[in-house]
Amino acid sequence: MFLIPDIVVRFYHRMASPPHYYAFTKQIMPWLVVIFVLLTGAGLYGGLYLAPADYQQGDSYRIIYIHVPSAWMSLFIYMVMAITGAIGLVWRIKLAEVISISSAPIGASFTFIALVTGSLWGKPMWGTWWVWDARLTSELILLFLYLGVIGLYGAIDDKKIASKSVAILAIVGVVNIPIIHYSVEWWNTLHQGPTVTKMDKPSIHVSMLIPLLLMALSFKFYYLIALIQRSRVELLNRERNSQWVKTMLSEQQQ
Amino acid sequence: MSFSEFLAMGGYGFYVWTSYGLTLVVLLLNIIIPVVQRKQFFRQSLKQKRK
Repeated sequence: MFLIPDIVVRFYHRMASPPHYYAFTKQIMPWLVVIFVLLTGAGLYGGLYLAPADYQQGDSYRIIYIHVPSAWMSLFIYMVMAITGAIGLVWRIKLAEVISISSAPIGASFTFIALVTGSLWGKPMWGTWWVWDARLTSELILLFLYLGVIGLYGAIDDKKIASKSVAILAIVGVVNIPIIHYSVEWWNTLHQGPTVTKMDKPSIHVSMLIPLLLMALSFKFYYLIALIQRSRVELLNRERNSQWVKTMLSEQQQ
Repeated sequence: MSFSEFLAMGGYGFYVWTSYGLTLVVLLLNIIIPVVQRKQFFRQSLKQKRK
């Protein structure tokens, strides 16, 4: 405990308090939007215009600039959802529960985008919209896990119990994450192997890699923006009877 | 490169632009839905208060 500076501890306690979170996220939102727009603009310009066509796949490969970042986000958001779910379960931090459940629809969206853009890329390149290959199947299971979390949360009226149930489901589903990641190495899949995360020497040209990384970063900022939007509404609904929401409502009325 | 060449994407225009269009729609929905829910929350809360 002595190792953590006082200012960090204070920041943490402030952020875990719903009214502070509500006010703070409103303040940083414009900056997040500006960074997101700049990153997306640069990423799309680099990916769709500057980068050359692929020598094998022609221009069809340009789907990579949304397909791969979406697939990365589908895994990343799932981990955020499971970890904040576990934090909520152990320490009963309301904000952690809110972040966890607010992540689910965004994660499901990115999983859906990864699957559909993969299909739209697979048709011209593989000659089929879909195969039951390990990578595609495990990613589809991820979508069902997200939908399961959303459905379970909606089905339980007491949101405290709902959060606990959902956290357990999310934690169990983490098993699927390494399966998705290593599926292209463990099984002989139609899906191609990793080209970027081979850290020693990525087998992708730098003019294609830079826009891909820009888009990956842009999607991270999109997630932050969408997460803040959703979590603020979720927080309002959960805290509707608390003093800070009542005060805000009476101020709005005037 | 002309604009129509850019749109054609070397013959893969349908696949590329459907991918990008669909992504745009899904990502926009994720922003719009919370805004609508927020407005709903304030409308309902203020209505309940007046009762």
